[in-house]
Amino acid sequence: MISSKNLQFSYSSQKHFNFPDIFCADSETLLILGQSGKGKTTLLHLLALLLKPESGEINIAGNEVSSFTPSQITKVRAQNIGIIYQRAHFTSSLSVMDNILLPNYFAGKRQDKTKAICLAEQLGFADHLSKKANQLSQGEQQRVSIARALMNNPNVILADEPTSSLDDNNCQKVIELLKSQSKLIDASLVVVTHDQRLKDEFANQIFL
Amino acid sequence: MNLFKISVANLKEKKLNSFLSALLLTLGIGMISLLLLLNKQLDEQFRRNIRGIDMVVGAKGSPLQLILSSIYQIDAPTGNIPLSEVNSLKRNPFVKNVIPLSMGDNYQGFRIVGTSAKYPEHFQAKVISGKLFDQSMEVTLGSNAANNLGLRIGDSFESSHGLDSEGDKHGDKKYKVVGIFDPTGSVLDQLILTSLSSVWDIHGHAEKPAQPTSELLGDEHSQEHHEDEKQVTSALIQFRNPMGLLTLPRQVNENTSMQAALPSIEINRLFSLLGVGIETLQNLAIIIITIAGVSVFISLYNSLKERKYEMALMLSMGATRTRLFFMLLLEGLMLALIGYVAGIGLSRIGLYLFNKSTEKDFHYSLKEFNLLPEEIYLFAAAIVLGLLAAALPSLGIYKLNISRTLAEE
Repeated sequence: MISSKNLQFSYSSQKHFNFPDIFCADSETLLILGQSGKGKTTLLHLLALLLKPESGEINIAGNEVSSFTPSQITKVRAQNIGIIYQRAHFTSSLSVMDNILLPNYFAGKRQDKTKAICLAEQLGFADHLSKKANQLSQGEQQRVSIARALMNNPNVILADEPTSSLDDNNCQKVIELLKSQSKLIDASLVVVTHDQRLKDEFANQIFL
Repeated sequence: MNLFKISVANLKEKKLNSFLSALLLTLGIGMISLLLLLNKQLDEQFRRNIRGIDMVVGAKGSPLQLILSSIYQIDAPTGNIPLSEVNSLKRNPFVKNVIPLSMGDNYQGFRIVGTSAKYPEHFQAKVISGKLFDQSMEVTLGSNAANNLGLRIGDSFESSHGLDSEGDKHGDKKYKVVGIFDPTGSVLDQLILTSLSSVWDIHGHAEKPAQPTSELLGDEHSQEHHEDEKQVTSALIQFRNPMGLLTLPRQVNENTSMQAALPSIEINRLFSLLGVGIETLQNLAIIIITIAGVSVFISLYNSLKERKYEMALMLSMGATRTRLFFMLLLEGLMLALIGYVAGIGLSRIGLYLFNKSTEKDFHYSLKEFNLLPEEIYLFAAAIVLGLLAAALPSLGIYKLNISRTLAEE
């Protein structure tokens, strides 16, 4: 579950954002649509606790994080949030398998190889686990980053333009996987995008 | 998955950069370590052999040459001196011991030295098999000489004239091995000892004992001295008390045909000459190590710039900045460790090669491969260098803006 109230953020006096309130319950999905420059990524970073809002409240899985210290925030993020970025990025020196295990390691959890293999099979890249991430295609890389976001069984999955660099075929596949996987672990799925192809896929939508 | 594994993977990812940094460190550390080893062992060898010898008398010439030839058996002798003058020193109240030496022949490059029983006594050498030379033409071998020449008690050999193995052979008279010394770690191990009378016998009474400069100086010398007078090459003197140092050298230099040289002074002079070279090499090694540090710095700085996004990603997954900082430090640390271990290995290989050539040319062996205490400081210095070179660029991790870095690409 993730919700926000009266979120405000400004990079400078000219660039000021007021964001609409957001609510997404467990197992539900929410699509946030908006053109470039409307603060989509800023909103996602606020929700992901990567940025600190000027004012407003964010509640993640029952944690009212506004009053949390940076180290508490880091912990809440590591335990409860899985993030998927516009373009998949990896630790280039490590194999796909090790990249998927990184969230476990940094969240201080057991490194669950069985789960990684299981996810890789569901997402269709089980043959590539020992390769380096940059040897994979864009679509495959995006699927690896979904697996990585799921490793800690997060309460909230945030995706920033997850499909914008993919073709129609891969776009459909990725969004299906995102929806089914988040349903499987009862997570809230929030997708931020300008990709019009996703319009019909989500019941709950917010326009920036 | 852990920090160590990530660091190793990062070093492997940038193979050439890591290799260059480690190579520079290896060279610098190897050079310093080799210099330390050589310096220590040369110093030890030199000091061990002069212990207990206060003064050397020999023919006039270079005092350093006299010391090198009489104590270390590595240079040519300066000439000959009359035995009578040496013997007169024995009567001086300051003098405790006089050890006459007579050289000029060799067997396969090992010097044959005519002397008295006091010479092995001075080095505390014990005869482990056979007996000490007694009659003329009997020899007792130093342990290295015996091993390398493969001679055993009862064997006999012909000596060659001069100090290298190419001299004319004295075919008419043969030396006979009667004993072998135990290893002493001193110059004695490299020598073939015999009595003074053997040397006189082999060259005949009229002829002075042979020596390499005889072709140049021989004629003058034999004219200067009475034909029947016995000669030796030099003599090692031990004093009864330090007062001897004040009066005797001057007395010898002014009142006799001989010169007196003080080993401690000459060896200090030699080391101060060598010191210039050693210092230059040391400075060079320090420059190489500094460059190695800069290389570690640059390669980590560059890779950090490239890996900014990865770092932001790890931070977003819950890694703390301090943890990532240590991960980067670990990379510098590992390079320093590799450089140190390889450098120490390299210096041992260098010493081994150096030892092979000194053993062949001078019959001196430098075979202490143990870790020196200075090398532990060197280890600390290498670690500090690695940490410092890694810490400077890695501090950037504390300034990394996660959100901006992730949003940029």
